[in-house]
Amino acid sequence: MNAVFEIVLNPLFAFSVLRVSTPILFAALGALISDKAGVINIALEGIMLISALAGVIFSAISGSAFFGLFMALFFGGLVAFGLGYVSLKLKTDVILAGIAINLIASGGTVFVLFLLTGDKGISSSLASKLLPKIDIPILKSIPILGPILSGHNILTYFAFISVFLVWFLLYRTPLGLRIRAVGENEHAVDSVGISVVKTRFIALIISGVMAGFGGAYMTMGYISWFSRDMTAGRGFIALAAESMGGATPLGSMLSSLLFGFFDALSNSLQLLKIPYEFVSMLPYVATVVGLVIYTTQKTKRMHRMRIKAESKKEVL
Amino acid sequence: MTKAQWRFEFYRTGVVIITAVLLSLLIIVLVSDMPGLAIKLFLTGPLDSLRHFGNLVEMVVPLLFTGLATTVMFTASQFNLGAEGAFFFGAIGAAFIAVNWNLPPVLHPAVAIVWGGIIGSVFCGIPGALKVKWGSSELVSSLMFNYIAFFLGLYLINYLLRDVTAGAMVSFPFANSSKLVKIIPKTRIHTGLFIAVFTVLVMGVFTYRTRWGYRIRVLGTNIEFARYSGINTTWTIVMSQVLGGFLAGMGGSIELLGMYRRFEWQTLPGYGWTGIIVAILAHNNPFYVPLAALFLAYMKIGSDIMSRSTDMPNEFVAIIQGMIIILISASSFLSKQRHKMIVREAIS
Repeated sequence: MNAVFEIVLNPLFAFSVLRVSTPILFAALGALISDKAGVINIALEGIMLISALAGVIFSAISGSAFFGLFMALFFGGLVAFGLGYVSLKLKTDVILAGIAINLIASGGTVFVLFLLTGDKGISSSLASKLLPKIDIPILKSIPILGPILSGHNILTYFAFISVFLVWFLLYRTPLGLRIRAVGENEHAVDSVGISVVKTRFIALIISGVMAGFGGAYMTMGYISWFSRDMTAGRGFIALAAESMGGATPLGSMLSSLLFGFFDALSNSLQLLKIPYEFVSMLPYVATVVGLVIYTTQKTKRMHRMRIKAESKKEVL
Repeated sequence: MTKAQWRFEFYRTGVVIITAVLLSLLIIVLVSDMPGLAIKLFLTGPLDSLRHFGNLVEMVVPLLFTGLATTVMFTASQFNLGAEGAFFFGAIGAAFIAVNWNLPPVLHPAVAIVWGGIIGSVFCGIPGALKVKWGSSELVSSLMFNYIAFFLGLYLINYLLRDVTAGAMVSFPFANSSKLVKIIPKTRIHTGLFIAVFTVLVMGVFTYRTRWGYRIRVLGTNIEFARYSGINTTWTIVMSQVLGGFLAGMGGSIELLGMYRRFEWQTLPGYGWTGIIVAILAHNNPFYVPLAALFLAYMKIGSDIMSRSTDMPNEFVAIIQGMIIILISASSFLSKQRHKMIVREAIS
């Protein structure tokens, strides 16, 4: 037990929490935007996988990490557009369409990887580039805080900045108002002449681009190669994080950090003599428990509100 | 659905299947350096020898179970994707009985299969229970339970059942009495096939001829109406998910006892995911599950055979499967023909 505390209290551990939370946070913000527009985007998992591979391939071809990032985002948006097309235009159930995209992503990435490298497992033969790490000048030299907050990948900083950006987009811009309105009541939005389908398309594409950031981070920051099915359920965990965070940007960030904590813990505990299978299970168990706690609180709150509303009625 | 609608769905599914096959051929022609051989193996490979035909039937058996499992869970309108985890964990349960217990033949696999089913039902039942009790999304929790089933299962095998002398991460060998008997020489087709076919019939009758099946269908179509008609929706939802998990767990046990001597899976076998496609192709009708399972297994085995002798990787099948899901569930795909057919029916 002491060994566990030693690990958790080490600044390196806090550093790795931020590091492993980054892809979950990006995807959770993506889940948030599409959820606000009333679309459940379960394709986040597949989008991240496709973007991760796109980042590797295009950074290797061009020799530029930022071009790789750009193409990862482009593919993220493109796949989300595809999801929007089949669910909004062809009227496929969005969850089934998401399952389909995840399936296509899982097989398709290996297929493309094999065609390019002749290897089905890993992209190590492609000379892909890494996105830069950033040392923050003054912060770097502060003890404890410095090693935790400085020296992260540029996308890790951007992930936390985008929590604010997404909040701003959703609550302070006309587009955000439309997105939220479409999710709340599409008929009302339709009646004032705003296109529901177009708004949902935009929300989905932004959601895909966010997942694209997460995917790009996986192969160009978190590690430096692509391997098959490397997202390992992070897109699904992000859905849980968004829902547990009460569908708010800040809440999604906090719950992403919580899952990041368990993910990092499972990485560090493998060094101790705790069975790895047991430890690998932690993030997923934490997700279920977190989801249940969140939903029980919500049902209680709604119950209380109903009682309050009823007692008011009686007074009147 | 009315007769005209069913006929239309048949027609549409046929169009989707033909599209899927043509799309596969197109991919092969574009990618492969030896398209002739690749296409020949892909289309006729599963039938060119008894062994390959055996492979086909061997793959149909687990798909029947996961297909039926997903069918019953989807019929209740619950997006429970836990068949994969239930299949895996059911097999773990069966492995414990097969290694540790001493029972006469017939009884031994029977006990193991039922136990596997019970364990599987827990894994699909919990997401269902969480949904009705607190409204937690069954989609998210069932996905998480797949990972939990996987890691917990590996833990149990590696720490309680691992044969250290075997040189690989495998369990102790199963008792001979626990194995399902092979029925056709030169293949691995086993008695699990009979159980699978029987289960298809039982589930078909259950869904369309019993009051429980009727309740699940009503609930899936319109939950408010179901509640209004006095159906205990909470109970029915949970039971449908438990039943789905039971079928998936049974499938995992039967696959293990029919095909293996030891527990040796180091990854999730993926039959649960394919089972979802089976259910979608079969329009959640148990009687059509065998056709859907046969088609998907044929495609998978064909591509496996092809990838062994040519430069084509078999992963492209996943792309085709994804296209199938999208086209089958796209309600506006061929909707003009649908309109025409229904109008024609009404006029005649």
